Amino acid sequence: MSEHNLQVTPLNEQHRALGALMAPFGGWDMPIQYEGIIAEHRWCRQQAALFDICHMGEFLFKGDLVAAGLENLFTFSVTAIPVGRSKYGFLLNEQGGIIDDLIVFRMADDQVMIVVNAATAPNDFNVIQSRLSGGTFTDITAQTAKLDLQGPKSREVLVDLLGGWVAEIPYFRFVQQTVLGAPAMVSRTGYTGELGYEIFLPAEKVVELWNTLLVDPRVKPAGLGARDVLRLEVGYSLYGSDIDATTTPLEADLGMFVHMDKQFVGKQALLQQQGQQLKKVRVAFKVSSRRTPRHGFAIFDNEQQIGEVTSGVFSPMLGCGIGLGYVEPAYAAPGTALTIRQDRSVMEAAVCSTPFYTEGSVRR
Amino acid sequence: MSTIYFTKEHEWVKVNASTAVCGISDHAAHELGDVTFVELPAVGKQVKQNEVLAAIESVKAASDIYAPVSGKVVKVNSELEDAPEKVNESAEDAAWMVELELADAAELSALMTKDQYDEYLKSL
Repeated sequence: MSEHNLQVTPLNEQHRALGALMAPFGGWDMPIQYEGIIAEHRWCRQQAALFDICHMGEFLFKGDLVAAGLENLFTFSVTAIPVGRSKYGFLLNEQGGIIDDLIVFRMADDQVMIVVNAATAPNDFNVIQSRLSGGTFTDITAQTAKLDLQGPKSREVLVDLLGGWVAEIPYFRFVQQTVLGAPAMVSRTGYTGELGYEIFLPAEKVVELWNTLLVDPRVKPAGLGARDVLRLEVGYSLYGSDIDATTTPLEADLGMFVHMDKQFVGKQALLQQQGQQLKKVRVAFKVSSRRTPRHGFAIFDNEQQIGEVTSGVFSPMLGCGIGLGYVEPAYAAPGTALTIRQDRSVMEAAVCSTPFYTEGSVRR
Repeated sequence: MSTIYFTKEHEWVKVNASTAVCGISDHAAHELGDVTFVELPAVGKQVKQNEVLAAIESVKAASDIYAPVSGKVVKVNSELEDAPEKVNESAEDAAWMVELELADAAELSALMTKDQYDEYLKSL
């Protein structure tokens, strides 16, 4: 997509005024960094970092969930989610490939909000709509803003600003409340491995909330650069890098988010795959030095290529390079030695478990 | 008193008699963002002008650092191996990378002075 077609969030002017480095992401003009990726990463691990996540897509469904076929849309049961809770999982194609990873919020008995990735949102909407029969299904991305406040101080910041009710929200639950006089939703979810909240509110209110939160000395803005380091340190997949329509949840080692005891599109393909040896499987690995593995670098066992890196960063918390990639299943056991190569760079690495960083405040 | 020269690839070299100390420019360090890794050559290695001298990685990118002049590596700033962030703090001073024994002072004529480099940056 050319830069001329880039969409902007309601906070674009704020980012520029803060001196952010901007770049295209998923078709949107987004802040990559303000002060610096590592400083913003550290702030999120120690204080509270504020992210503009208005680019992500939000869809609203109202109607009879079962009659409309919503129950068979995702790899988990929507009707099994109690009102006020949310669930992470996948929208699959017939081949079991991941069309998107998403979170469904059960707003009411007959109402859910589906939050999807920015780049995939238009296609997701079409796919979901084509699989629904009945009910009303609306893309509310444009009128819905989303701010993520993440970090060990995020709870006290929001309690001070919004009230004590914020402290009562458990992990993967949310509350519909009035924020700055507007109907909003505060969800205890995130993408950083820290205690944190995702706040959904009307787009016309987001500048006010952004500015209000940044007045608090515990809060600093953070860009997508820091967000990528934060999510990888806790082993979360990034759609488009680590998972896509050519990878299944089984290959991606995300089978725990697939409920095989229910119907969903792609289930037959996954059942078939369960009975076979996988061709590739996603692993996590640590590099033995400060070198950074990057998307597309080759993974070798001695002289034989056995896979490819899909995500990699230097981890400030671990002090070494870390990454995710796909390898032949014979090389997926923790401790397996891997060699990562790109041009002149050669890195020794070892398969490990996730999260890489285990001290996060996410469930505190 | 040493004289500083720059390359189009954003390396600098400070020359004092036959000693040439090299690093990357403040501009390069800023463009790279947070530096996370510096690979330095072995002491004693002979390098030719414009050949790969060292390597640097940041949160954003990996790049090679080229020798601004030919010479023998006589000293490296091994502090950078454990504290590569020094490159962001002081690229043109404390975060020097390699000291070379200058082989041919005539090579300096191919480099830019500080004023010329500043002009060059404006043209980018």
